[in-house]
Amino acid sequence: MATESLATIALNALLVNNFVFSLFLGLCPFLGVSGRLNTSWPMGLATMLVMFVSSVCAFAINWLLTVVQLEFLRLICYIAVIASAVQLVEMSMKKFSPTLFRALGIYLPLITTNCAILGVALFQTAKEYDFVQSMVYSLAAGAGFTLALVLMAGLRERLELASVPKVAQGAALTLMLAGTLSLAFMGFAGLGGAE
Amino acid sequence: MTPAEKSPPLDFDTFLSGVWRENPVLVMLLGMCPTLAVTNSAINAFAMGAATTFVLVGSGALVSLLRRLVPGTVRIATYIVIIASFVTVVDYLIQAVSLALYAALGAFIQLIVVNCIILGRAEAYASKRPLGHAIVNAAGVGTGFTLGLLLLGSVREILGAGTLFGLPLFGEQFQPWVVMLLPPGGFFVLGMWLLVFSWLRERRGRPHAEARHIHGH
Repeated sequence: MATESLATIALNALLVNNFVFSLFLGLCPFLGVSGRLNTSWPMGLATMLVMFVSSVCAFAINWLLTVVQLEFLRLICYIAVIASAVQLVEMSMKKFSPTLFRALGIYLPLITTNCAILGVALFQTAKEYDFVQSMVYSLAAGAGFTLALVLMAGLRERLELASVPKVAQGAALTLMLAGTLSLAFMGFAGLGGAE
Repeated sequence: MTPAEKSPPLDFDTFLSGVWRENPVLVMLLGMCPTLAVTNSAINAFAMGAATTFVLVGSGALVSLLRRLVPGTVRIATYIVIIASFVTVVDYLIQAVSLALYAALGAFIQLIVVNCIILGRAEAYASKRPLGHAIVNAAGVGTGFTLGLLLLGSVREILGAGTLFGLPLFGEQFQPWVVMLLPPGGFFVLGMWLLVFSWLRERRGRPHAEARHIHGH
């Protein structure tokens, strides 16, 4: 059982080991939806919600599989749970905010293949977090993902007005920006417990 | 195989398109997470590429074999389960072969499940093509992915540690550029490679454009 305090876990997942900038998880939506500020934060929040739901479910499943000694089914079960959680978020978003639902489009169902979510489930299992620790970990990881998305969207909106050499336009420039942000996030490494 | 099924003949292009024209790392920008996360050395990059290729070929073959049996509504879920089974196989295989490698790649082996290249190939290619095509194309995409990873992994290892596949390249006085092994290095090196390739494409495109312009007049 891990003995880290809840604050350490939260700080770790939010800044020190930020999911996007230092663990390279969830890069596809990060590069895909970070073009606009007003779609990036709802996307981040939706991801955070899915992370939380699937983290709680994954905790229960892991407990169950350990009891019946079928640990090799863990990966398949986690994926199934995440797919269902995404479906849940999709349905509720369609009901409560149809405009947002349309704005996010294809990226909403693609949350299923966001590795950050499976990452949370796998890491909390590997680190043997208890129930409360898992919940804090998943919320902080989701918040970290949202932070990364919003930061990036802000930068990219600014860059739309800049004149960029033609070869550097598009993905290359975005990756360079991400690298610079990642460099900045390395500064947090002194803050707390590393891996 | 029924004769009614029409598909282009199985030629070298089925393999090559995945390696070059539709290279998953450098052209399509798919599967970014493992691409950046494990490429801090050439050997890790190669292992990751090989593992992904195995999953690609295995799941491609199975999806192609089952393409008539799977109902359209549950196809994505079926593909995911097929992929997850192959990933579980790879996971245990690497544990059995080399524990050091397993420790180095960490959770990223299990995260092959959510590599969008594999689901993308299953949905867009293997589910519509006969077995032979699916296998050859998956092998091509896997090779392209491995090559992309190797490009990244070797540059990062050479700059960050002064070695390639663990062999020292420079003399004693080489000062390693550690940041290349750290996360920002991954972003920078991939960005650099993309720049190089888009520059090459630009250069190759220009004579063509000029030729067309002259012909137009």
